[in-house]
Amino acid sequence: MSQKITIEPVTRVEGHGKVTIHLDDQNNVSQTRLHIVEFRGFERFVQGRPYWEAPVLVQRLCGICPVSHHLAAAKALDVVVGAGTGDGLTPTGEKMRRLMHYGQIFQSHALHFFHLVSPDLLFGIDGDPAIRNVIGVALMHKDLAVQGVMMRKYGQEIIRATAGKKIHGTGAIPGGINRHLDPAEKESFLNGPDPLNIDHMITWSLGALDFFKGYYKEHKEFIDNFAQFPSNHLSIVRKDGALDLYHGVLRAVDNEGNRILDDVDYQDYNEYIEEEVRSWSYMKFPYLKHLGKEKGWYRVGPLARLNTCDFIPSPLAQKEFEEYKAVTNGKPNGMCMHFHYARLIEILHAAEMMKELLNDPDLLTGELTTKGARQPEGVGVIEAPRGTLFHHYRVNEKDQITMANLIVSTTNNNEPMNQSVNRVAKSWMNGHTEITEPMMNAVEVAIRAYDPCLSCATHALGQMPLEISLYDASNNLIDKKRT
Amino acid sequence: MKVLIYGYGNPGRQDDGLGNAFVNRIREWVAVEGLHDFSFDSNYQLNIEDAEAIADMDLVIFADASEEEIDDFCLSKVDGTSGVSFTTHAASPAYIVKLCEELFNKKPLVLLLHIKGFEWEFKEGISDKAAANMNASLIYMKKKLLHPKKFLKPGLKFC
Repeated sequence: MSQKITIEPVTRVEGHGKVTIHLDDQNNVSQTRLHIVEFRGFERFVQGRPYWEAPVLVQRLCGICPVSHHLAAAKALDVVVGAGTGDGLTPTGEKMRRLMHYGQIFQSHALHFFHLVSPDLLFGIDGDPAIRNVIGVALMHKDLAVQGVMMRKYGQEIIRATAGKKIHGTGAIPGGINRHLDPAEKESFLNGPDPLNIDHMITWSLGALDFFKGYYKEHKEFIDNFAQFPSNHLSIVRKDGALDLYHGVLRAVDNEGNRILDDVDYQDYNEYIEEEVRSWSYMKFPYLKHLGKEKGWYRVGPLARLNTCDFIPSPLAQKEFEEYKAVTNGKPNGMCMHFHYARLIEILHAAEMMKELLNDPDLLTGELTTKGARQPEGVGVIEAPRGTLFHHYRVNEKDQITMANLIVSTTNNNEPMNQSVNRVAKSWMNGHTEITEPMMNAVEVAIRAYDPCLSCATHALGQMPLEISLYDASNNLIDKKRT
Repeated sequence: MKVLIYGYGNPGRQDDGLGNAFVNRIREWVAVEGLHDFSFDSNYQLNIEDAEAIADMDLVIFADASEEEIDDFCLSKVDGTSGVSFTTHAASPAYIVKLCEELFNKKPLVLLLHIKGFEWEFKEGISDKAAANMNASLIYMKKKLLHPKKFLKPGLKFC
């Protein structure tokens, strides 16, 4: 009799999902699915609203990454107001937005690593769940836990200073930004008392990388082999091939590093990307049209970005990037746990970029906005912490939004997350008819590597947990665990 | 007595913004009354850096929308021994208190104000029924906040 396992909720993941695992007659895993079980149509909600409201409205989607939605919407509407794409803004407009964005990347990645991932590394996947959390980290590795708190605080303060406030920030507007950076705040970010200054943040970013690399040296087999598989990778890159999290052209590579999307303008994204609907999940499955559903799916996020870019335009991160690339002899990296390695390099890059920007006089003076000939539609794409985020709007002559399409980072990673769950389930659950806690956590570790935001992907409200269920060959539920 | 009043929720999701609205109203009232040693904060949700934010306080009042089966509003005492949730990016109040204790060796008195909400769609604005609950909580809390040491005494409207 074959069986089916469901995992729900996935802990330390934002949003609601359910994992089902089917076993065959020999109790081997025959099918796995990560289901997303709630959907609220945000795209319809914004129809009819004035376009200039969109950068604020879209922050209702999610309280985890509102800055990413804010900036992606603003970038799309830059096109509508005739300001062009990201590099068409005034220097002040673009640099203030970049500072906001790097603040978001920095705090989000720091939260993910210190708060959500470090417990698995420090205590092991099969560690005591009572201590395998950040409280456990706080008890046994207080310095790491404090660093996580203060790095997140620094990034949040950068966001507040550039977006205007923590909730429903208004900084980015169609065509630019609505404020300069306050000189006193700039001074504080650069030279404030320890630890809340940029040099301390860079030092801690390097320390986090050292911590990970030390762990990697001792646990190479686990880090390299856990849920690893080859895939395509997609992100934006700067026109010269540099890592650029704010603006660029769309590039995708296959698992050998061959370009399968060759630096195309993201205004034309829907010529290259299609979204498949599957009956068992509200989250769609994007893929590259010319490769088809089976071969065209791709990963996004830190792992993908370090696979698509040619170099990192900040010296310390570039040095780390070279060491990181040497692990795979320059080939694309498909190792799931290397998401964390890549994420830490991006933390360092974000800190370096913040320092560069904070020293730039354009943040304090200069024109804030620009505009040109009004356009009927626009696409904004940004590399959000979790990966490539698309916002697409059409606007009528009355300035009302008539169409909105969002492809969020987690949706882009839908198929890879399903692939990861499948691989982990096969290696941990074959031959078992009962779900143990380490088995559950192994599945969750694989999902967590992508840092998914399922509430973002489904546009649902707040905290949404997930569950694992086990079914036999006759589709009878034989075990079910909630974490 | 240093007091922090901290509301959280997404005000773009109707009654989920009850905590934020409560803080805005209390902030206005404190200014009118000319009270000292109060500070305020508001966010989509609590997160780890809030452990540091509460560390220097004597009294912290978190305000949040509630779907619980309560009449209108109620208070609960938050400590680091129960309900420590780390299941999503959003941290529970108990989680923040526990982190504060472990990382900063501080134990402020922390209360959570639960205000009953009803509507959670993509809209600005609190529903009428939820606004009535918030107004009831404001009347109650203002009386107590005139003399914050009252929060140290028995007789609070606990859940």
